[in-house]
Amino acid sequence: MYLGKVVGTVVASQKAPGLQGVRLLVVQPLNTDLTPRGSVLVAVDAVQAGPGDVVHLVSSREAALALPDSFVPVDAAIVGIVDSVDVEARP
Amino acid sequence: MTLCRVVGTVVSTVKHPTYKGLKLYVVQPVDSDDRPTDPSFLAVDTVQSGPGDLVLVLSEGNGARQILREKVLPIRSLVVGIVDAVDARIPAGVPEGAIARGDA
Repeated sequence: MYLGKVVGTVVASQKAPGLQGVRLLVVQPLNTDLTPRGSVLVAVDAVQAGPGDVVHLVSSREAALALPDSFVPVDAAIVGIVDSVDVEARP
Repeated sequence: MTLCRVVGTVVSTVKHPTYKGLKLYVVQPVDSDDRPTDPSFLAVDTVQSGPGDLVLVLSEGNGARQILREKVLPIRSLVVGIVDAVDARIPAGVPEGAIARGDA
């Protein structure tokens, strides 16, 4: 499970049946110090996140379990909008 | 499972219902000498651990569903133990991480 920042949305009318009516957002994964990490990905949104939100995500099979119908072809899901991340500097 | 230090906390009020009432920590994987190894990630606490604790983290959905007794659960990583002591004697000459990779 990791942090990310919503940087856009995806519209796809032609898609697998399980993805009908599911919001697709473009997410930039973040390190826990909120710096960008790796390339953007597309995640389903389970909490009405919007562009600019820092969010936390779950991946693989558990991503599908974030949606009402959990037999859906997804591997990344936004499961929370982050209010704050406080990380103590390691000694 | 992974040996980690709890190094931070994530607060989010708008979240998936299964996360309600659970603490979400930032955990830093460490080796047996408490040196950071891989990038830190997020894990839900199930053993009342706190920042600074050395903990055991499980990152597998099936186990998470069993521990939290929830079938439909979008959670993969759980803190499942607070570590009192680690006594790991890695034989000399074994390359770094070889045991973890199953090479030694």
